[in-house]
Amino acid sequence: MIDINHLEELTTQVRRDILRMVHKVNSGHPGGSLGCSEFVVSLFNVIMKRNDGFKMDGHNEDIFFLSNGHISPVFYSVLARSNYFDISELNTFRLINSRLQGHPTTHEGLPGVRVASGSLGQGLSVAIGASHSKKLNNDSNLIYSLHGDGELQEGQNWEAIMYASAKNIDNIIATIDVNGQQIDGSTSDVIDMGDLKSKFESFGWIVCKIDQGNDIQSIINGMKEAKSKTGKNKPVCVLLKTVMGNGVDFMMHTHEWHGKAPNDEQLETALNQNPETLGDY
Amino acid sequence: MKIYEYSEKKDTRSGFGDGLTELGKSNPNVVALCADLTGSLKMNEFKKNHPERFFQVGVAEANMIGIAAGLTIGGKIPFTGTFANFSTGRVYDQIRQSIAYSGKNVKICASHAGITLGEDGATHQILEDIGMMKMLPGMTVINTCDYNQTKAATIAIANYKGPVYLRFGRPKVPVFTPENQNFEIGKAIQLQDGKDVTIIATGHLVWESLEAAKILYKKGVSVDVINIHTIKPLDQDAIIKSVNKTGCVVTAEEHNYMGGLGESVSRVLASNSPAPQEFVAINDTFGESGTPAQLMEKYGLSANSIVEKAERVLKRK
Repeated sequence: MIDINHLEELTTQVRRDILRMVHKVNSGHPGGSLGCSEFVVSLFNVIMKRNDGFKMDGHNEDIFFLSNGHISPVFYSVLARSNYFDISELNTFRLINSRLQGHPTTHEGLPGVRVASGSLGQGLSVAIGASHSKKLNNDSNLIYSLHGDGELQEGQNWEAIMYASAKNIDNIIATIDVNGQQIDGSTSDVIDMGDLKSKFESFGWIVCKIDQGNDIQSIINGMKEAKSKTGKNKPVCVLLKTVMGNGVDFMMHTHEWHGKAPNDEQLETALNQNPETLGDY
Repeated sequence: MKIYEYSEKKDTRSGFGDGLTELGKSNPNVVALCADLTGSLKMNEFKKNHPERFFQVGVAEANMIGIAAGLTIGGKIPFTGTFANFSTGRVYDQIRQSIAYSGKNVKICASHAGITLGEDGATHQILEDIGMMKMLPGMTVINTCDYNQTKAATIAIANYKGPVYLRFGRPKVPVFTPENQNFEIGKAIQLQDGKDVTIIATGHLVWESLEAAKILYKKGVSVDVINIHTIKPLDQDAIIKSVNKTGCVVTAEEHNYMGGLGESVSRVLASNSPAPQEFVAINDTFGESGTPAQLMEKYGLSANSIVEKAERVLKRK
C-alpha cells in the first residue's frame, strides 16, 4: 500500500531542502527543482526498483539519469533522503571541496550519480547506452531519465530519439518535464517546439502524458502506465506537465526563478508555505 | 646505426580493425560503435562476428559518444569509430562532460587523422585533435606509427581502465615495428641511438624520422630517434635523458604545431632541461586536397623537412 500522505510530507521536506540549499549559497536553480519534487520523490520511493547502497554498474536494479543537471538540488535532496548519503551533506551544496557540485558529477564520487550532466542534451544518449548494457547483461530492469522541455532544443536529443526507436529500445522511460519555461522566458516565446506528443510519436515512441505532474497519485498512475508499455519494441516517453516553482506561490508560473536564489525574507515566506515535516538537514 | 626495413605498406586503420577483431574474440565486454563509416574504420569483421555487440549509430556522432558513455555503466568497454575530425571537434563537449569528466572507460578510435587523409581536403583533415584531447584531464592520447603498433595499441587499451583517444590514419605506410609487440601505454620507444641531435616523432612521422636519420648519418650526424606513441601521459624521462645527451631536439608530427606533441616536449624541457628545439608540424594553417605524399611535401612533413630542421637546430646548440 502506497502511503501518499508520507510521500507528500517527504515532498514538502524536499522543497525545504531545495530552498535552504540555494539560499545558503545564493545560487542554484530552485524553479525546475521545485517543479519536479513530486516526480523525483515518487520515482525513487515508489516506481524504481533500487538496491541498497550504490554501485556504478547498477546490476539488477533500475537506473536513473538526470539530464537537466541544473535541477541538482531536488536530485541531491531525494538522494540524501533515500539514504545514498547523509542529509547533513546537503549543507555543503555548491561549497568548495564539496561532493555536491553545482551540477551533478561522478568526479567527486557522490553516490547515486552515474554521469555528469549540466551541459544540456546529453543525458538521453547516455541513458540509451545504459539500456543497451542492460540488454547485453540480460538484466530486465529499466532505465529512467529526466529532461527539461527547453533542453529538447539541443539537437543531440533528436539524434537519440531517432536512434532509440530505430533500434527498438524498449527498456527505457524518458520523462520530459514540460513546465513551459526556460531561462529567457516561456518555451513558446524562446523557440516554440510545437506538439511534443506528435513529435515523439512520429519518431516512433510510445507517449504517455501526466497532466497533473505535481500530483503524486497522478504521477504514480502515469508512471505505472508507462512501465506497462515497456518491452514492446518501442521506447517510452512521459510528458510530465509541471508548474515551475511549485509549492512556493511567488515562484510559480514564471521563469524568473529558474536560476535565482531567494533572499532571507523570501526564504522565510517560502518555508512558511512548506512547514517542516520529516526534519531539516 | 640500426637498419629498419619494411616488406609491405599497410594502413594503420587496418591495424585498428584487426586489433578489434581479436578483442571481439578474447574479451566479451568489448563493444563497438560506428557512425556510418564501418568500412573506412575496418570494423566489418567485428560487426560480422558479434552483431549483438556492434552498434551502428548512423551519422550522429554526438549520440554515439553519449551511448558509449552509457554502455560503460554495466561494465562494457566501448570502442567508438569514425574519422578523427568527427571523433573530436564535432563532439568535444560530449567527450568532455559524458566521458572525460565522468571518468568513463570509453576508447575513442579515430581514423583519417591529419593531412594524409588526402583528397577530401581541409574539411576532413583535422590538425587540432591531439591538442583538444590532451587538454582534457584524465584523457590518454595515443598516436600510432604503423599497422603492427596500431593493432597492439588497440588490444592494449582494452586492458587499461579510463578514457583513451587512439589516433591513426588512412594511407598505407611502411610496416616496420615488430608483429605481436607488447604495447606499453606511456612508454617511449628508442629507435636509434645517437649523440648529436634527438628526433622525437609520433604517428606517420616516425618512419619519416628514420629516413631522415639515414640521410643525416651519411652527412656525419648521429641521431637519437624516439617513437612517442603516447602523447599523454608523456614519457618525460626518455625525453630528458635523450636531450641531456644530444643537447637539441626536433619534434615531428602530423598536427598543428600549436597544441601538439612538440609543445608537450617543450614544456617538459623548459621545466627540466631547456634545449633548442625545432618543430616539424603544420604551421597553423588548414590543409587542402592532394595525394598524401604531395601534401606531406608541401606542408613540410617529409624526411627532407626533418633533415632541414635538424641541421638548423644543430647550429643553435
